[in-house]
Amino acid sequence: MVMLRYAVYRFFTMLLTLLVVSVLIFIIINLPPGDYLSNQIAELQASGQSAGVAKAEFLRAEYALDRPMWEQYLIWIGFWPGPHGFSGLIQGNYGWSFEFDRPVSEIVGDTLWLTVVVNLAAILFVYAVALPLGVIAAARSRTWIDYTSAFVGYLGLATPNFLLALILFYYGHRYFNLPIGGLMDPQFEGQPLSWDKIKSILIHLIVPTFVIGTSGASAMMQRLRANMLDELGKPYVETAIAKGMAPSRMLTKYPLRVAFNPFVADIGNLLPSMVSGSVLVSVVLGLQTIGPTLLTALKTQDQFLSAFILMFVALLTLIGTMISDILLVMLDPRIRYEGREA
Amino acid sequence: MSALLCVRDLSIGFGAGSSVVTDVNFDVKPGETLALVGESGSGKTITCRAVLRILPRTAQIRSGTITLNDSKGTCNLTAVTEREMRGIRGNRVSMIFQEPMRSLSPLHKIGNQVSEVLWLHRGLSESEARKKVLTQFERVGFPDPQRAYDSYPFELSGGMRQRAMIAMAMVSKPELLIADEPTTALDVTTQAQVLGLIKELQRETGMALILVTHDLGVVANMAEQVVVMHKGRIMEAGPAAPILTSPAHPYTKQLFDAAPEIPDQDAVGIPMPDDDLILQMKGVSKTYTMRSSKGWQADKEIYACKGVDLNLARGKTLAIVGESGSGKTTAARIALGAELPDPGGEVLFRTAPNTDPITVHNMTRAQRTAFQRNAQMVFQDPYSSLSPRMRIQDAMTEPLEIHRIGTTAEQRDKAAEMLQRVGLTADMLKRYPHAFSGGQRQRLSVARAMMLDPQLIVCDEPTSALDVSVQEQILTLLEKLQESLNLSYLFISHDLAVVARIADEVAVMRRGLIVEQAPPETLFYNPRHPYTKALIAAQPEPDINRPIDLKVVSLGAGAPDSWDEAFRFSDTVIPSLVELEPGHKVRCHV
Repeated sequence: MVMLRYAVYRFFTMLLTLLVVSVLIFIIINLPPGDYLSNQIAELQASGQSAGVAKAEFLRAEYALDRPMWEQYLIWIGFWPGPHGFSGLIQGNYGWSFEFDRPVSEIVGDTLWLTVVVNLAAILFVYAVALPLGVIAAARSRTWIDYTSAFVGYLGLATPNFLLALILFYYGHRYFNLPIGGLMDPQFEGQPLSWDKIKSILIHLIVPTFVIGTSGASAMMQRLRANMLDELGKPYVETAIAKGMAPSRMLTKYPLRVAFNPFVADIGNLLPSMVSGSVLVSVVLGLQTIGPTLLTALKTQDQFLSAFILMFVALLTLIGTMISDILLVMLDPRIRYEGREA
Repeated sequence: MSALLCVRDLSIGFGAGSSVVTDVNFDVKPGETLALVGESGSGKTITCRAVLRILPRTAQIRSGTITLNDSKGTCNLTAVTEREMRGIRGNRVSMIFQEPMRSLSPLHKIGNQVSEVLWLHRGLSESEARKKVLTQFERVGFPDPQRAYDSYPFELSGGMRQRAMIAMAMVSKPELLIADEPTTALDVTTQAQVLGLIKELQRETGMALILVTHDLGVVANMAEQVVVMHKGRIMEAGPAAPILTSPAHPYTKQLFDAAPEIPDQDAVGIPMPDDDLILQMKGVSKTYTMRSSKGWQADKEIYACKGVDLNLARGKTLAIVGESGSGKTTAARIALGAELPDPGGEVLFRTAPNTDPITVHNMTRAQRTAFQRNAQMVFQDPYSSLSPRMRIQDAMTEPLEIHRIGTTAEQRDKAAEMLQRVGLTADMLKRYPHAFSGGQRQRLSVARAMMLDPQLIVCDEPTSALDVSVQEQILTLLEKLQESLNLSYLFISHDLAVVARIADEVAVMRRGLIVEQAPPETLFYNPRHPYTKALIAAQPEPDINRPIDLKVVSLGAGAPDSWDEAFRFSDTVIPSLVELEPGHKVRCHV
């Protein structure tokens, strides 16, 4: 009951935060002087192409860029009727990309869920690697296991991602016949989902997951190790040993459970750093994620496209923090029962 | 009768260093209590942990044997495999630790943690174990075992958590229980009850007990056999009665001399004079508002102290005594101006007789600076009250720098002088705190508090983190300083025996109220309030003929509504303090 109420409360605060974020994003995007169309108009006028100018002027009116800022914002969100009535984000209209001359939804389409898939895979990889390694490194601290894992971990942290990507591509292709670049074989692009397509995506995911995940995993591992070491010195661990518990069970039941909190709290932070960190990697690996698109959109001041992508990343982050908050409450009775009558 | 546990020639060391425990021998017979007594660093804890091989990773048992010989067979605990050892831990030999607050996992329910012993060693199912644990919970004195089973540790008080630990240790019916300072972290009345409980359980089940403690009073109340340890060696060992009545070894004698005692009194004491008061607290209350976690419930008001009236005469010592949560520290913080009393309360401080007082509850910035030069504090934990990154010299001259007093050279000289005053030497100025022992650190804290030449020093349990022999030294130091500098002390403590020695007047607090107030002689000669009586009765005396009277303890240590009608109080009905004889006030209905 407590949980459900908290989850509902947390969901509403998330929506509120999202609203605030949308305002910020809109302001930041409009901060540089001019917009895509005014730049284009100036360019066209300089070269004397008046037909283009007329089209650009038409687009300006079509997308309400000639109206005051606050009205533009409300129309973009969908709180205010634009030239075509209520048609904003909440109505499912993501806007028009001037650069690509196509609706935003068409451009991002596939890349949206591919981004989610790539980053989820990377996060799972981070957790799957960091959890056991961190625990073992703490339990066997100051032994060769600890030192080796720390060495490999720091290597992962220190190697530039794109370099790692190139190396892995080369050797992956040479020894395991892994595909190079992309997230699926070209023949599946634009095709509906099928078993073969999923299989192709999974194979293509191996190298990117590894590349995007390593630095996160080694950082997380070191953090978990430090937390575990703190916990291992606590008296309740001694109590558990004095009970006659076997070390492995004792470790996972008691100290890990306590050290797990920061681990869970990190979910929210991981998502955005993964998404932004994977932009360069995506360019190098030729992944059809949202990163490269965002880069182009920002460079050309393609405002609807970049605003939408930023909103999407913000949404991912907020969902991540919401999940970690709710998990924390589930995991830690001290948070759950704060203020309960003793 | 053969011994249940035989320790022979045990030596333990860390890494390549010399042994910290050397040639220790003792036997524990079935059903018997053996007390391992010693100060910190004596090796008593390491020795008792060696029995279950719960040692720090760098420690090794260098030589010797530990033989367990119970109804399940005989085995050499230094030679068994780790797997066999796991079958012994918590099953044939159990252990209780010092800090009940931290010895239970904060994230698992009490019932789960206790039942685990039965899952591990008896292979019981969850429901079978639950049944047994609930019986055990009832036995150790949980008023509502079902509820305790489903509680988390942070929902229970310290005493209740230690009861849960005892239940955990007892549920598998071990033949030997090792208790490592099981009551050191508890209030004195709770300590008495927990000790009583352990003794009772021991009588019922016939298990043997190794009790590790630094408190000779606890030894006198519990032990049949005593082993006195010092620097890893046994100084003296044997039956309790002769050792406690006529110790043979000089070290044991020294321990006895240092142990504070509540003296027998045969007359009332002289009340504190009231013509030259340095500190006056009038009607001081402090309420905190606890924000309700549920939006629709009103916030709760909790009072930390209520209607506190205290007078401290110049050059005297006023002690506030009470258990944790009694409001004694809040009262001291208000006296120092670190916290504001609720409106209506007054705190007055006079730097000289018959001058206008500083109103501590309502100071301007300038007044506060002046006041701070006159009132300083000595804290409880000398290990955390000195910054590990500051040289002693910097820590000591910092107050002078803040108040811009003197040149650097003058400040240095002052620091050197103060160090000598507290029995240290000036060449220690360049060192860092880690180079000092606990007792030396507390001397440093006293010296630092003295740097501004204050008139009033608030001592917040200044000796409770120290060994008895060191405690003795610090108390002597405080007395000496008071005599030579005419200092006034506001002394906060939970230990009546310490207070008996140093105070000129004692105020006993309980649930934020002063329940009895008198000079210590009067208080011990003629205690009137049931809670004061309980405190005195619960004090373990190092005298084997004066055991703790648990009946008196349980009469006064309970909630205020369990007291005799004449003393009872609740949130709404509070009797006032009545002066029974000059200088002796008791909170009761007349």
